[in-house]
Amino acid sequence: MPTTAQPPAANDYGSVVHDLSREVMTAWMTQLQDAARSGAPSAYMMVSGNCVEILRCFDILPVFPEINALQLAIRKKALPYILKAEEIGYASDNCAYVKADIGYTLLEGVGENGLTPRPSLIVCNFVGCNVYIKWFEHCAEMLGVPLVMIDVPFVRQGEAVSTGDLHYVMAQLRGLIAACEELTGRKFDIDRLREIVGYSARAEAGWSRAKDLCKTRPAPFDCYFDSINMMGPINALRGTKEAADFFDAAVAHYEMMAARGLGATDEEQFRVVFEGPPPYPYYRNFRNLFAAWKAVCVQSTYSTVGGTWEFGFRHDPDRPLESIAEQMLLHNLCNRTMQERYRQIRRYVEEWQADALVIHSVKSCRLFSAGQGDMREYFTKELGVPTLMVESDLEDPRYYAEAQMKNRIDAFFESLQYKRLRGSAAEARSVSPEGVSDAVRRGR
Amino acid sequence: MQYAAGVDIGSTQTKAVLMDAARAIVARTVIPTGAHVVRAGRRALEAVVAEAGVKAEEVRCVIGTGYGRYKVEAGDAQVTEISCHARGAQFIFPGTRTVIDMGGQDTKAIRTGPDGSVLDFCMNDKCAAGTGRFLAAAADVVGLSLEGIGEVSLRGTKPIRLTSVCTVFVESDIMNYLAQRKSVEDILAGVHQAIASRTIGLVRRVGVEEEVTFTGGVARNIGMVRALEDKLGTKLNVGPESHFMGALGAALFAVDRLMAAAPREAAGVEAAPVWSDGLEGR
Repeated sequence: MPTTAQPPAANDYGSVVHDLSREVMTAWMTQLQDAARSGAPSAYMMVSGNCVEILRCFDILPVFPEINALQLAIRKKALPYILKAEEIGYASDNCAYVKADIGYTLLEGVGENGLTPRPSLIVCNFVGCNVYIKWFEHCAEMLGVPLVMIDVPFVRQGEAVSTGDLHYVMAQLRGLIAACEELTGRKFDIDRLREIVGYSARAEAGWSRAKDLCKTRPAPFDCYFDSINMMGPINALRGTKEAADFFDAAVAHYEMMAARGLGATDEEQFRVVFEGPPPYPYYRNFRNLFAAWKAVCVQSTYSTVGGTWEFGFRHDPDRPLESIAEQMLLHNLCNRTMQERYRQIRRYVEEWQADALVIHSVKSCRLFSAGQGDMREYFTKELGVPTLMVESDLEDPRYYAEAQMKNRIDAFFESLQYKRLRGSAAEARSVSPEGVSDAVRRGR
Repeated sequence: MQYAAGVDIGSTQTKAVLMDAARAIVARTVIPTGAHVVRAGRRALEAVVAEAGVKAEEVRCVIGTGYGRYKVEAGDAQVTEISCHARGAQFIFPGTRTVIDMGGQDTKAIRTGPDGSVLDFCMNDKCAAGTGRFLAAAADVVGLSLEGIGEVSLRGTKPIRLTSVCTVFVESDIMNYLAQRKSVEDILAGVHQAIASRTIGLVRRVGVEEEVTFTGGVARNIGMVRALEDKLGTKLNVGPESHFMGALGAALFAVDRLMAAAPREAAGVEAAPVWSDGLEGR
């Protein structure tokens, strides 16, 4: 277990946890490539509120087309595939994740010639986005693979789901189990599922603890830009011993950093909360724009797309199927209302003592981005939290304009710095409503 | 004597303001930016130094702003034009609480504190709809100079409604109205109203608080001033310095740095906090 590493140097974002993550993720990729050759069973799945534990119970390898798409983007390889998809008729404002994946499948193929196996099953476990439903329907059609559609009702209000909704999802999970039994010829083993769900809970506790450590000053890692090191293991590898062990090691490393007062940046100046996915095609450029101001993200909504573990929810080995259904319904970012997202961000700003909120709006995903204008207004005008909104795309490099992005980010941090110097805290305080903590009110 | 300068390299024009240690404007200039951004910054600075008749070495601090702020060779630091317009506007019009800056490619709405600090800002997204470029495209189609279209627009009595504020499609839209024999005055009145409406949307996002100061190159366009005033229901602060507000703000930040470095050399001048320290090379 690593305990002696030094913090990363400026603009060198590698770290012990980054290396550990690469190790486990590479092992998974290798498994996928092996399966591409051997024809071992695999299934497509969505990241958001997924039920990967059920696939694992049958040793069916999960393939996440979203992760494939973001990897194409981060390696700056997405555009030709996006253009291919547009060539066959996908609209310019259609989700670029979808276009990159469809274009890749058309040009490079799956199975023996591709990087990922030809799926034996396609499981659409997130239906909050109509485009995503069509994506997996198209994949099933293109590849001639059976599709299991799990209809997860959107949670319109409150902190709890109705028994009816819970039973409705659990019934569909039993349908998925039947499909997996048929595919593999194996009988469902509830004890195996309990064991897998136990590993999930251990990884979730680790991810939650790591995030909790970002409440310290300085934060030991950037909970937006570095969080992808942990999102891979929590979303794609959840339910494995490897993922649970990875989080134990990551937490030990971050606890060491926090104890020694080591931060993600050498001199933390600004603590921000991030909303929205990052611009993967320009990930490092975008990060450098914040690093230049020694701004560290202490919490992010994007890191909860797979699951919102930091508020206490865990998969439960005593109620395996029920807790999987609860997670799919209630304990992930996208199946809940904008008001719930507001509450989540507000807790982040208060409990993680952030100076500001940064919204990165995604041009090719109006579903996720619609309402962010109101969100900006709510946080600036009603809570007095300085909020910056910038826009590009999570996958399509054509939407990223560095000069304009930099201008907005620089101006935003200039104004925060100026306010600090001029001590205009009193002004920010006067616009805040009751119930908001001093940290938020100060709007430092 | 010691002087400080602000150089604002915008997408279309480069502005420079030279200021003495007592924050009096000594000289100012505007030149086209052109393709050679570094040269534009250098020439603008040379022009103000020559106009003021001072020695180049007497200019002790230079701050770059605008899109080309990192291309100002002599720049000691860089500050975004958002901070600079806010600071400049507050200096010329101390009652300023909202700034509308309309330049070649950008339109910005800035809410400012009484000290000229930026409280909030909004900008147009990545297209030139509703900016100076849009007006230039419209002027081209009707065959008038950019300088003249504001006056002409004021004579319009039945402003047309543009179907799009896209800088590319505005040309075909206007051609269509010309083909329908609409008057140039009515077309230009419609163009100005369309941009004003779009700008007001931005301003409302940061919240309108009086006084409102209009800055940037488009502030010279009387048609745009009136269209914005009509929609906002308030008078705008506009003056001969409006076009130079970014460079002026940069010059003020440069004086701050000068004072912090050697406050005694300019007795009686209040030293402001130098928040731009450490911005070099960012």
